[in-house]
Amino acid sequence: MSRKQSPLFLERRSYRLRRLMDGARLMPFLGAALWAIPLLWTREGGAPVSTSRAMLYIFSVWFVLACLAAVLSIWLDGKAESERSNPQEGPR
Amino acid sequence: MGKHVLVIEDEPNIIEAISFILSRDGWTVATHSNGHDAVDVVRDKSPDLVILDVMLPGKSGYDILTELREGEATRDLPVLMLTARGQSKDRDLAERIGASRFMTKPFSNAEVLEALRELVPQ
Amino acid sequence: MGTLNILIAVCLGYVALLFLVAFMAERAALRGRAKWLRSPFVYTLSLSIYCTAWTFYGAVGFAARSGLEFLTIYIGPTLVMIGWWWGLRKLVRIGRTQRITSIADLISSRYGKSPLLAVFVTLIAVIGTTPYIALQLQSVTLSFASFSANADEAGQLGDHDATALWIAAGLALFTVLFGTRNLDANERHHGVVMAIALEAVVKLFALVAVGIFVVWGIGGGLSATLDRIDASAIGTWQVPDGRWAALTLLSAAAFLTLPRMFQVLVVENEDENHLRTASWAFPAYLMLMSLFVVPIAVVGLDLMPEGANPDQFVLTLPLSQGQEGLAMLSFLGGFSSATSMVIVAAIALSTMVSNHIVMPIWLRLAEGGAMISGDVRHVVLLARRLSIAGVLALGYLYYRFSGGGEALAAIGLISFAGVAQFLPALMGGIFWRGANRVGALAGLTVGFAIWAFTLFLPSFGPGVFLPETVFEAGLFGNSWLRPEALFGITGLDPLVHSVMWSMTLNTAVFILLSLLTFPQPLERLQGAQFVNVFQHTGNPQGWSGGVAQAEDLMVMAQRILGPVEAQSLFQRAATAQGLAGYLPDPTPEFLQMLEREMSGSVGAATAHAMVSQIMGRATVSVEDLLAVADETAQMMEHQSQLEAKSAELTRTARQLRAANDKLTQLSVQKDAFLSQISHELRTPMTSIRSFSEILRDAEELGQEQLTKYANIIHQEAIRLTRLLDDLLDLSVLENGQVNLNIQRGSLTALLDHATASTGVSGAGLRIHRRGLDLDVEMETDLDRLSQVFINLIANAKKYCDAPRPELTIRVAQRDNYLVVDFTDNGSGVPRDKQDLIFEKFARVSDQKAGGAGLGLAICREIMSRLGGAITYLPGQGGASFRVTLPMRMRQAAE
Repeated sequence: MSRKQSPLFLERRSYRLRRLMDGARLMPFLGAALWAIPLLWTREGGAPVSTSRAMLYIFSVWFVLACLAAVLSIWLDGKAESERSNPQEGPR
Repeated sequence: MGKHVLVIEDEPNIIEAISFILSRDGWTVATHSNGHDAVDVVRDKSPDLVILDVMLPGKSGYDILTELREGEATRDLPVLMLTARGQSKDRDLAERIGASRFMTKPFSNAEVLEALRELVPQ
Repeated sequence: MGTLNILIAVCLGYVALLFLVAFMAERAALRGRAKWLRSPFVYTLSLSIYCTAWTFYGAVGFAARSGLEFLTIYIGPTLVMIGWWWGLRKLVRIGRTQRITSIADLISSRYGKSPLLAVFVTLIAVIGTTPYIALQLQSVTLSFASFSANADEAGQLGDHDATALWIAAGLALFTVLFGTRNLDANERHHGVVMAIALEAVVKLFALVAVGIFVVWGIGGGLSATLDRIDASAIGTWQVPDGRWAALTLLSAAAFLTLPRMFQVLVVENEDENHLRTASWAFPAYLMLMSLFVVPIAVVGLDLMPEGANPDQFVLTLPLSQGQEGLAMLSFLGGFSSATSMVIVAAIALSTMVSNHIVMPIWLRLAEGGAMISGDVRHVVLLARRLSIAGVLALGYLYYRFSGGGEALAAIGLISFAGVAQFLPALMGGIFWRGANRVGALAGLTVGFAIWAFTLFLPSFGPGVFLPETVFEAGLFGNSWLRPEALFGITGLDPLVHSVMWSMTLNTAVFILLSLLTFPQPLERLQGAQFVNVFQHTGNPQGWSGGVAQAEDLMVMAQRILGPVEAQSLFQRAATAQGLAGYLPDPTPEFLQMLEREMSGSVGAATAHAMVSQIMGRATVSVEDLLAVADETAQMMEHQSQLEAKSAELTRTARQLRAANDKLTQLSVQKDAFLSQISHELRTPMTSIRSFSEILRDAEELGQEQLTKYANIIHQEAIRLTRLLDDLLDLSVLENGQVNLNIQRGSLTALLDHATASTGVSGAGLRIHRRGLDLDVEMETDLDRLSQVFINLIANAKKYCDAPRPELTIRVAQRDNYLVVDFTDNGSGVPRDKQDLIFEKFARVSDQKAGGAGLGLAICREIMSRLGGAITYLPGQGGASFRVTLPMRMRQAAE
């Protein structure tokens, strides 16, 4: 009984870890996408975006990214060590 | 004259004891105290029976017995082996190479005499 | 009135503090109590050398001129940091496994340890970094000037050049002191890292303090300041798309490729896990650094007089408000930014220059290469120190001759674009196995040339390096070769134009030539190593055995690593191979390890060259290997892992077998011993039993026989008793349970006593004594020693077969040892028995002498208990035993 559950648990754990790594890999793309949005602001002929609003947006993105990175780094803490031997772990 | 027995043994006191017992029982006793030429002495004297110690200077009792069993004349000669190393593997070895009897020291005099009588019927 | 004097005093005090911090950190690291040094936050703070004086002063100026565009400089690194899982993690792992010392080392190492590539990268790095160092000197000088202008004491300061010179010299001294203390890349610069971590805190604190003062002290609160921003000249979002994207990309690239960033990111990295913390902490740091830039710029534009240099707002704004303390803090922040950048850049560049330019040249000039005599370490250190001085001198000269008039940000971006040329070779090298040396060289050349032609040389202005006609009509009159409009594409921002063309063509040429040409074998192995660094930590097979002299390697390694380090390295390797002593076999694994260790000191290419020289051959064998196993770099590594495993198994098996042999031997010995004891006990027992039966049963015995037989029983009983005594004695001695009774006594008396006890005096054996002019006083267990003497004399009496037996006892004293020889005139012990006589139950001759064969075994045990020895002396004309023992036995605890 307990024999069966143990590997099931491990499976889940390593699955979680994989997805966390995927998350870590996606981070720069998320950041790039969010910070690329200001490129759209100059497109329209409409009202120009004020600097204070631009600052608010850019720094908010910054704050969120730093927090996300912090959460990821805590979640990946140590767990990645146990997976080191796994060849699939690194970027290909 | 009784039957001839040859005692091959290197401890003088033991030779003395065995000689005394056997002579008293009517045997004609000859003694020899080293291993080198023991086989030749046996061939030379052609005794009716040999008492052979295992730990002999020059050549071990086992080697002497093996040579005796290879020789035509001495193939069936009764040999009583004596040893002070009382381990069962010694007994096994002795029996495998053809000892007629095997006794560990210290022995009782009566036992020795009885064994000799069995090996060489008077 | 004394503002400037106070400024100079504070400045000197701050520098003294930095020295102290660096010194303490070095000390702590040396004592191994450097736990707090290895905090991930120290690592994060050390990354802040990215924020130089350009950031501290220049960002405000940048913002005042172009609004929010300056943020790209921080957004790029932020993207790199939060994407650490892709690139940085791999770079750091590679840096650690390959013991990389610089970015030039990494690129050269990746592309087959190519010296040419290393030199090229080093040169570009020097060219790209020199203006940047000049920029730092300029900013410190300017900030001094701002202070003195404010205090109206300009006359007291002397000229700017002298200030810059003093700063350059001071920085050179600091860098030499703490940057070249030790040689191995593995021993990192704890002092320097700690000092720049402190500076990071100072500059952040200073900038935030100025920001808070500006927003709440001058601006009238948050919303008022925001309103003021929107009302200013930079009140709307007006960043050109092209520059926003290109600058972000450029700063991201530069973050990875700047030599100083590579130094702190990869080389000084203590632990891969620090990256995880830095991945969020460093973006947060950058965010805080840039948070108040726009408010400061806007308020500065409002309040400062027309024409004031916006690059100095951070300093001049507090000064204009009479906040001298805040201005001082701000000055220290800028000073910190400048100094930390210069120090690390100088270390990084000097490592590259000395490893890839100075050392190879020196090795070539010194005839016989690595084998010449003398310590190479001092040459390497000297080369580094000279390189540091040289780099700073170059920076100073650039500052002098460029006139220092340009806006700070311009030089920074030009420098970024220069080092960004490394990016294709670097990223291609760690992600694409197909990348090769030819591609990397060509890509770098093209990128560098375009950068120099379109950005670097024009930055000096028309007519300095590039004649005006080139700007107008293009190179050699070809209109499509105009520096700011390549291939006829006009209307682009010069920076975007240059970055676009140089990076695109660099990458294109790099990829194309990598596809078209064939790499060297070593490159392909290194390529697999770098790209698949997470899959194996082994190294490519660089060496396949051979007859290298381990001694030569040792001589060389000692000179590069230092004797202690080298010896312990060799000894470890020898032990791992199962050999005793200092010299391991020059197996491929060992050579590879040695090369890697040395590359930490002199760079991969030089280390490889040095080992090749000693091995007496080039890397041909690798080529052969590769020809056989074509696309099998991976397989080879796999195989080498298997080999390592099988070697390990073999070693374990050997150890097990040895242990088993020993056990078997012990068991055989025990059996033999028991069998012997049995024999020795049973033999007298046989006589006793037999004769006692005779006495009991035979009634006809005469008186004479009775006496004789009773005597035999008596003798044999004594023999048995003696045997049992000996056995017990031996067992006690062997188990070490014996209590020694140490007394003082005279040797003569002891010998007299021994002679008397054996009862030889006068009868049979004649005893001579020699060498005893004076009696010797000694301190040992006299009873035990006498037991040994008695045994030896009794043996002589028993076994000496000369017609007139004689025993000579010769005494001599050597140092604190007493040597007593017992030599008789008999036939002695046959050669083949000499080894055996001290063993239990060993009997030399066939003859019966009544002993059980334990006497000499007991003597040997006694002598070892007394701290001495007993040996057989061959060739003395008879049996001869030598007893040696210390005159004064130490009261050993056991």
